Amino acid sequence: MGGFTLIHFLYLLQATLWTVVLTVLAFGLGSLAGFVVMLARTARTRWIRAVSMIYVDIIQGTPLLIVLFLIYFGLAVVGIELPALLAAAISLMIYCSAFLGEIWRGCVQSVPRTQSEAAECLGLTRWQTLTDVILPQAMRIATPPTVGFLVQVLKNTSLASVVGFVELTRASQVINNSLFQPFLVFGIAGALYFALCYPLSRLSRALERKLNVGRRQPA
Amino acid sequence: MSAAVSLRDVHKRFGEVEVLKGVSFDVAPGEVVAVIGRSGSGKSTALRCVNRLETIQSGEIEVHGRRVDDPALDLRALRRDVGMVFQSYNLFPHLTVAENITLAPRRVRKTPQSEARHIAVEALARVGLSDKIDAYPEQLSGGQQQRVAIARSLAMQPKVMLFDEVTSALDPHLTGEVLKVMEALARGGMTMLVVTHEMAFARRVADRVIFMHTGKVWETGAGEMLAHPQTPELREFLANGL
Repeated sequence: MGGFTLIHFLYLLQATLWTVVLTVLAFGLGSLAGFVVMLARTARTRWIRAVSMIYVDIIQGTPLLIVLFLIYFGLAVVGIELPALLAAAISLMIYCSAFLGEIWRGCVQSVPRTQSEAAECLGLTRWQTLTDVILPQAMRIATPPTVGFLVQVLKNTSLASVVGFVELTRASQVINNSLFQPFLVFGIAGALYFALCYPLSRLSRALERKLNVGRRQPA
Repeated sequence: MSAAVSLRDVHKRFGEVEVLKGVSFDVAPGEVVAVIGRSGSGKSTALRCVNRLETIQSGEIEVHGRRVDDPALDLRALRRDVGMVFQSYNLFPHLTVAENITLAPRRVRKTPQSEARHIAVEALARVGLSDKIDAYPEQLSGGQQQRVAIARSLAMQPKVMLFDEVTSALDPHLTGEVLKVMEALARGGMTMLVVTHEMAFARRVADRVIFMHTGKVWETGAGEMLAHPQTPELREFLANGL
């Protein structure tokens, strides 16, 4: 049995890159879908709010791994065979949309109702009220928890290893299977995850501090 | 001449609670009408119904010939004609004073950026805050914020202005500067419907005072009526020293 070499390390680095690609893909698509979920959750029409709430409840109450199995194995049964990367990205997108939609709904609703009243009294449309008055204020509140959630998404990309997508977790399994040095190999994988997540966590905390001393609402 | 604002037998319920029980009154163009009464008398609700921040269950409301209670109403057209100033100012905290004032002209009237600045300058001159044009709301006192809110409303050149207890959140020494701006507006011929606790202002500036009690117009008359209340309810309200 050979030892852990530079080749192995480079292999892990390359897999880390795929972890990042999957994270960006999932988070990017998930943000778009999450924005739609947020709009639906705050819609004036009752049934749109109801349907979107059911969607959020179902996704939040289902393990991401089950969603991934449904997309990867489930769709294959009905003839839709997706590549592992795509299946993982779609599953994570669905997961992101439910959580980001809820996070952002809370932020939008934490902007005092009187702000939208004032905007609508000035003749602004509902969309203009949202984009010019509500979102700029909600985004400041939303940034720390959104960055915090990004850390969760990054770590959850490890689940894609189960359907054979070679990201960081899968790559370390592959190496360990041949070297059988689990402490070393998974330790390095953990350190690589940490190196990605820690700066994001710090950023989230720094943004939160900045927000707390930032401009406040008028009384 | 037809009324600028007219309410006819307006009923408004919040769930089981009827807050307006058949309210009727008119505001003539150029007239300043003060609405007084206890908290819960329905005075703020009546005001909010005029620009349809609240919808009514029955009755009629008209603003410059436009039926406010019509479900097919062009709401944005109504709100271009009716300015509103709130108790809590409701300035947009992420925008400068100039941006607060020019947001609606730019978005709703499509005023070009260069002209919009001019609108802000003019509106601020009317409320005596020309030097604060690039400040943020949080850098202003409550009185100054409320004057900016008035300027923001004026920038849309409304035909009617609604004031909802605009000095109630202010320290006594700051109310004067806001009332002075409102008095100047009144002298300039603006049609104003003012819900207020400032009896001295109502008496001095309003052409007519409406006393609301338990969801009804209880007593109405010129400012003098405050010196000679006819009903025991108004007498008691005034005696309680608001």
